[in-house]
Amino acid sequence: MTTNENRDQFRPEDHENDHFIMTSVVGSYPKPKWLNRAKELYQDPDHSFDEDDYQEAKDDAARLITNEHERAGLDTVVDGEMRRNEMVEFFAHRIEGYEFNGPVKVWGHNYFDKPSVVSEVEYTDSWLVDEYKFTAEAADRPVKVPITGPYTLANWSFNEAYEDDDELTLALADLVNEEVEKLVDAGARYIQIDEPALATTPDDHAIVGEALEHIVADIPEEVRIGLHVCYGDYSRIYPEILDYPVDEFDLELANGDYDQLDVFKDPEFTADLALGVTDVHVAEVESVEQIEENIKKGLEVVPPEQLVVSPDCGVKLLPREVAYGKMANMVEATRNVEADLDEGNVDIERGAPTPADD
Amino acid sequence: MTEYVSTTPGLFPLPDWAKDDLSDLKGHQKHDLIGGDEGGEIAAAYENARSDVIEDQQNAGLDRIVEGQLRWDDMLAHPLAVHDAVETRGIVRYYDNNNFYREPVVSDDLEFSGDVADELEAASELTDGDLQAVLPGPYSLADLATDEQYGDEAAFLDAIADFLAGEVDAFPAHETLFLLEPSLVEEPPEDGADERASEAIDRVASATDADVVVQPYWGALEEKVYAHLLDADIDAVGFDFVANQDDNIYNIQEYGATGDISLGLADGQNTLVEDPEAIRDRVDWVEDQLQVTEFETVYLTTNTETFYLPYAKYQEKLEALAEAADLAEVTAA
Repeated sequence: MTTNENRDQFRPEDHENDHFIMTSVVGSYPKPKWLNRAKELYQDPDHSFDEDDYQEAKDDAARLITNEHERAGLDTVVDGEMRRNEMVEFFAHRIEGYEFNGPVKVWGHNYFDKPSVVSEVEYTDSWLVDEYKFTAEAADRPVKVPITGPYTLANWSFNEAYEDDDELTLALADLVNEEVEKLVDAGARYIQIDEPALATTPDDHAIVGEALEHIVADIPEEVRIGLHVCYGDYSRIYPEILDYPVDEFDLELANGDYDQLDVFKDPEFTADLALGVTDVHVAEVESVEQIEENIKKGLEVVPPEQLVVSPDCGVKLLPREVAYGKMANMVEATRNVEADLDEGNVDIERGAPTPADD
Repeated sequence: MTEYVSTTPGLFPLPDWAKDDLSDLKGHQKHDLIGGDEGGEIAAAYENARSDVIEDQQNAGLDRIVEGQLRWDDMLAHPLAVHDAVETRGIVRYYDNNNFYREPVVSDDLEFSGDVADELEAASELTDGDLQAVLPGPYSLADLATDEQYGDEAAFLDAIADFLAGEVDAFPAHETLFLLEPSLVEEPPEDGADERASEAIDRVASATDADVVVQPYWGALEEKVYAHLLDADIDAVGFDFVANQDDNIYNIQEYGATGDISLGLADGQNTLVEDPEAIRDRVDWVEDQLQVTEFETVYLTTNTETFYLPYAKYQEKLEALAEAADLAEVTAA
């Protein structure tokens, strides 16, 4: 068995199988109902529930969900993004140069406060170091830090200040780089850049690649950098993304029933693949057997030492017990596949295209 | 002498109060979206919101007033999404935007609906002879939908064109009809299909006595597509000068233009509000590039729909356009 030093730094000491397929999550998790209630009380000017009380509620929730991830058996954990409201808004509030003008439609009656960049973006205080330190303190397992990537931050904002979106993307990439440096100084070893806007516009892989070069500048080699992408047309970005300076690609694939899997088989997938193995848009927990089958899809693309498994995307829109069920079954399925691999019971040809249905 | 007319392609953002109220009344999921048979509080909320946006346009001083298309949850796919012969399936991306609509699948004959005519009837009560109707052009509507009824592309486009012509026929009196055709840019028709697209547009345009403006956006049309479009019996072609200046100017210089023209000069997708003077200067710039041509009517509009914008910014865009058209009149005189 070959090794993968960067990934295997997260292998638990007491790992039960010879093979190791790392389990992880994308980031977001359903907020406990009481946390939403606490937010309402905090926002109610007539209520005595104050900022300290709300802070305490968020701390409690972060501790709770971190531990829930550990209870599910995940090898690397997140706090479920309990302190974040939305993946662009949260960061835009922390970056100088952004302004908010009100909600805009995404689809139906789903809106978000799409911010406007009205002047040069600047880094002031750290965005995530406190969140990371708290989670690391609360966790026994290694902590992954998800950060919204600069391309998505630029693309999902109105650009009033920069010549074009590419220029804004690169300016934001420098700020993300500053934040990653601070996180690494604080001890973080696993950073995930979330770029859901990637693969939605033709040829956008070029600017995302350039932005990633900015992000990883002067970041030590052993820090694991992942890139999460979802709900795009992957044929638009593969194989170009293999040149990105990242260790791992985290891809949503279960939702489309792996119909885009073949895209990644040719040419050979040279990075680590963090494969989405449970669908976050289906509020039913997939069986352990089903998830095992999904994990094996990953082995059609990469060998076990390059494989990581996670849900397709953040699970925050699922009922909490369903989210937990998916995590727990995912971990059980992964350990089963590892045991099968140990016993030599897995026979999968890598790189062969999936035969068409007959 | 050129008349400068300020207008918009419609599809406005809901006022913020209506975003809240309708979220609560309808819900957030796919099956909660508009079905076309709403009543009670939902219909009342839309009615109030419609008055708001008509008042916005009147306050801003726009020369054409649209209904606002606030019910169009599925954006340009709306006329099909609420149709009885159509099933709506998954949520799919709306062009290259971070917006989504329900995929309409046509599974039966497209008979007359009257949904858009009803909206316009209501709007006409609130307007004074300056009503502008808005519809997806037949090519874009066919492109946004899936056909499981008519069998081939040409037959489907024909059916969509006949359907839209029937809808237009039921419209109350209107001054102008805007047919929005972003798919002509985003998914340009191939050889043969370009001619059919033009014929389909011609068929819809023939159903009204009003001036018809065909507004493609998110770039310039391919040369052949533009050349064929000029064969349709329409009054104006629209040009998205926000997204592309050179190719649009080239098309006009090379192939000529209709007697009227629509200029997309304010960005419907950016909160940066243009100065009216700057918009007026862009009108001058376009006219300078085309020295030989004098247009009867020049429509000044945002390049795209404005539902992408926060409500207050959309209001400011309307004001900028109205003022720019006034400035252009003054300069011309």
